[in-house]
Amino acid sequence: MAKQQKTPKVKVPALHVPLTKLFSVADTDTKISYFLMGFSNLKNKQILKGLFFLLAEIGFFVWLGLNGLKMLAGLITLGTKTSGEQYDAKQGIYVTVAGDNSMLILLYGLASILLIALFVYAYRVNLKSARKIWEFKQEGKKLPTLKDDWNELLDDRLHLLFMVVPMIGIIFFTVLPIFYMISVAFTSYDHLHLPPGHLFHWVGFSNFSNILSGPMASTFFPVLGWTLIWAVLATVSSFILGVLLAMLINTKGLKGQKFYRTIFILTMAIPQFISFLVWANMLNDQGIINRLLESIGLVSASNPIHFLTGSFAAKVTVLVVNLWVGMPATMLVTTGILQNLSQDQVEAAQMDGATKFQIFKNITFPQILFVMAPSLIQQFIGNINNFNVIFLLTGGGPANSDFYRAGHTDLLVTWLYNLTLNSQDYNIASVIGIIIFIFSAGFSLLMFKRVNKLQGVNG
Amino acid sequence: MQKQKKRSVAIAQIVISILAFFWVIPIIFVILQSFRAEGGQFVSYFIPKQWTFDNYAYLFTNNDGWNYGQWFLNTLFVSIVAGSISTFLTIGVAYALSRLQFKLKGFYLRFALVIGMFPGFLSMISIYYILKALNLTNSLWALIIMYSYGAALAFYVQKGFFDTIPQSLDERAQIDGASRWQIFRKITLPIAKPIIVYTALGAFTGPWMDFIFAKVVLGNNQDKWTVAVGLFTMVSAKENANALFMSFAAGSVMIAIPITILFIWLQRFFVEGVTAGSVKG
Repeated sequence: MAKQQKTPKVKVPALHVPLTKLFSVADTDTKISYFLMGFSNLKNKQILKGLFFLLAEIGFFVWLGLNGLKMLAGLITLGTKTSGEQYDAKQGIYVTVAGDNSMLILLYGLASILLIALFVYAYRVNLKSARKIWEFKQEGKKLPTLKDDWNELLDDRLHLLFMVVPMIGIIFFTVLPIFYMISVAFTSYDHLHLPPGHLFHWVGFSNFSNILSGPMASTFFPVLGWTLIWAVLATVSSFILGVLLAMLINTKGLKGQKFYRTIFILTMAIPQFISFLVWANMLNDQGIINRLLESIGLVSASNPIHFLTGSFAAKVTVLVVNLWVGMPATMLVTTGILQNLSQDQVEAAQMDGATKFQIFKNITFPQILFVMAPSLIQQFIGNINNFNVIFLLTGGGPANSDFYRAGHTDLLVTWLYNLTLNSQDYNIASVIGIIIFIFSAGFSLLMFKRVNKLQGVNG
Repeated sequence: MQKQKKRSVAIAQIVISILAFFWVIPIIFVILQSFRAEGGQFVSYFIPKQWTFDNYAYLFTNNDGWNYGQWFLNTLFVSIVAGSISTFLTIGVAYALSRLQFKLKGFYLRFALVIGMFPGFLSMISIYYILKALNLTNSLWALIIMYSYGAALAFYVQKGFFDTIPQSLDERAQIDGASRWQIFRKITLPIAKPIIVYTALGAFTGPWMDFIFAKVVLGNNQDKWTVAVGLFTMVSAKENANALFMSFAAGSVMIAIPITILFIWLQRFFVEGVTAGSVKG
């Protein structure tokens, strides 16, 4: 766990003896609690709490003895025994032996580190609890009962009630996978080193150099370039056209405003795997759009428009189809903003004889941009990781023979998907994941800082 | 002046109806395909030549392993359980981060922001092995865990909403001797109805839309699949796509209609949530 540093914001009712000094000054009960967790609680009739601490300690050390130490040690080598035929001298024959599974060794090793961290946290809570008992006794106060603790949980410690369960979920299903992913980036875990048949090992930074300057660079940089172009164009086009759409729907005197708004919102309700697969069907080389164009003689059957299979056309197609979901999303947010914009400036400008376009360009649009800046940043990050549009429409295609397992429209995130689920080059995929992370985190921190400065808000 | 205004409204009316037409084309297209009796994946006309309900019936009666009825029940179960759990968790976490003061709050806010930027796909494989270690893969509970745990990281919209409730309400109640839990239960929750509905709507519809994570966790056990995994698999395999496209359309219509009705019915809350969240950032 992260070290708990006291922030000045929190009200500290009284100064406590720090846990490091507590041992020398406190009473015997507290001292024993340093070794036998929960002792002080048990002795002072806080049975449930005491038992919890005690069981946590027993459980932890039993686990450590049986599995934990082995799991931790495994992290050093990631396994040494390859599976395969081995000569058994006793029986005089070759037998198949199961080898070490590097992947599980790594995963369990990391999980043990987290478990140890959790135990250290529990240990600290135990000591604090013992300290509290000691302090209460010194002051001659009545010790809190289970009911008092419960009431405190519903009042001063309500945040624990709300945060603890989700935090445990996050530790094991988000933090652990991320640690695992970062670790894999430093190993040789690719399609040639797949457990359980093969072992993989620590390889240092060689995967990073492979991607940045080695054989993978010729795929990585073009894909990165297209990812950035895509993210910029998709975000900007959805934003500008979405704002225009919102203005259009908000035109005074337009009939059926609510009806139209609902139609556009529909695209957000329909699962994307349905809508994009339907688009992919319609835009196929033999799809209905080409067939209709063919029937009016605009294209020939042998040479349809390659919406999804032409290397340039496919890029245009994904950008255009993306508008189908992107514009309504912006429209929805903008409508809310438009209704709350102050009309003073607009009216003043109208008095001065400004045209509609001038008003839009100089007053309305900057105001919308200003309010929407944070959500634009989020949309940009979202587009860098926009998996569905690409995966469902083109699947990353058309194929590009210059690339390793990527096509012309592949984004980093769809390439990453291919590398994990199809070619099983986990180490390369992990490096890409880390690079995506650095990009997104760096960009958004930078932008949020600028936006906050501009808007005069402190993060 | 008046005349010009009328004309611009008329133009807007025409433009918007053309746009709306383009927006509903895929929707109308998929509905029409679901009733088409003849042909394969691709035809050259919109309106079916022969109409049929067979594509719908096929989903429930076939022996090819496309067990739509079962998938539907699975998804309904997962979405109700996971939706409720994650709505509870999200609201709780958002409330704690907005209204309660505690030591690790600042740390947690930064931590969540950073952690949220790791691409989820990479975690997918290791999550699969963690669930496997817990002996949960191939079970719907694995999905429920997977759709629920992330709740603690997706709190921004809800936190933004709670931030706008005036602090004075809490303070007055506190003077009257209410505990923080009572303030949450009796004062905040009743005001927070729109944001609860928004959260629940997102949490409930999520499992109907996820075709990747669920597939990784559930593997090839077709009886445990969700609708999204099943429908996606039906048309993603090239050898099936031609024969099954119309049934895919039928299956899509059957889940898209309830979700769409839900959205239209709860549109007000959805719009409020989106607006609150994005403006707050």
